[in-house]
Amino acid sequence: MSKRSAVTFAFMLVAGFASPLYAQGAGGDSALNVEIAKWSIITAGFALGIGAGLAALGQGRAVAAAAEGIARNPGAAGDIRGVLLLGLVLIESLAIYVFVISLILFFLQPFSPTAG
Amino acid sequence: MEKLEHPLWIVQLVNALLGPLVRRAGEAMGHHFTGHDVIPPYIVMVMLIVVFVTALCLFVRTRLSVENPGRLQIILEDGIGAVRGLLDEWIGPKGHDFLPLVATLGLFILLGNYMGLIPGLMSPTSSINVTLACAITTWVYYHYQGIRAQGLVGYVKHFWAPPGAPFMLGFLMFPIEIISHTSRLLSLSLRLFGNIFGEELVILVLFSIVPFLVPLPMMFLGLITGLLQAFIFMLLTIIYLQGAVAVEHHQDEHGHDAPHGRQAPAAA
Repeated sequence: MSKRSAVTFAFMLVAGFASPLYAQGAGGDSALNVEIAKWSIITAGFALGIGAGLAALGQGRAVAAAAEGIARNPGAAGDIRGVLLLGLVLIESLAIYVFVISLILFFLQPFSPTAG
Repeated sequence: MEKLEHPLWIVQLVNALLGPLVRRAGEAMGHHFTGHDVIPPYIVMVMLIVVFVTALCLFVRTRLSVENPGRLQIILEDGIGAVRGLLDEWIGPKGHDFLPLVATLGLFILLGNYMGLIPGLMSPTSSINVTLACAITTWVYYHYQGIRAQGLVGYVKHFWAPPGAPFMLGFLMFPIEIISHTSRLLSLSLRLFGNIFGEELVILVLFSIVPFLVPLPMMFLGLITGLLQAFIFMLLTIIYLQGAVAVEHHQDEHGHDAPHGRQAPAAA
């Protein structure tokens, strides 16, 4: 099938997982909150995996470029190392933001019916 | 998270000594204390750092000597020289005014990160309160220095549009700049907090599984990331200061223009 219809189908599939939500009314029934709490914890795990993986990809590219730069121009190794460290930490901080949200969702459980 | 809180004997000691005093002062101001400890553990750790650094500096002061410096004096002078070199490289000679705050921030965060590895102590930087305090200090300081260097109107014009761009661009750039500067506050605090708290959490979990030798690699990693995070906080402070203080004037007769020092990447 074409790419666009594949994306549409995938979206409908994911939206279908949340089908119990559609059966409830709006507002805080406890079954709804349990569903949201369960999904928030599952989301925390997936979010951390995706976040850390993509951050690792970005950092790998940065290190590869830095290593190539040093190989071409060993005299600039000090400068390149400085740029490399700064870049690595900035990329890392994006993974840290995901980590903090995951921590909040997993340990503090803000959506659970008895308020974590 | 109740499992993660276990009483440290230093915290108990300070609470036993100073707790009633703080409680009376707080309740006189109308604050109701909840929970067990009146003085939270991170405050005790911060006070420990303050006492330690003060004692160290007072001790070194009695032994300062130009011809025959002791080992401690050489180490401290090297540290200050390194921070001064960083400031010089990024901001130029005007940067030396900022040495006290930048060096103190770096030293505080470095000591704070390493305290977690000592049994019986905890890292104050593993609490969001402490990292947010450091980030707010940096944020207020660099805005204050920017206003002092360029005047209030000149500094706000910074946010509007880069020189040479049409005036209307400012309407687009101003909210973006505001959001970017606010995100700097968040990113500074969350980066430090996430790193140190996460590392502490992993060590705790490893201790509860296999307490013998297995946590050691993680603690070694903690040494490296503690140093790196302190250095990065200091470096980002310097970069933000450079962005705030750098006065852009048009090319002078020699054909080169300010700001001196390296150009900063667009650090969020």
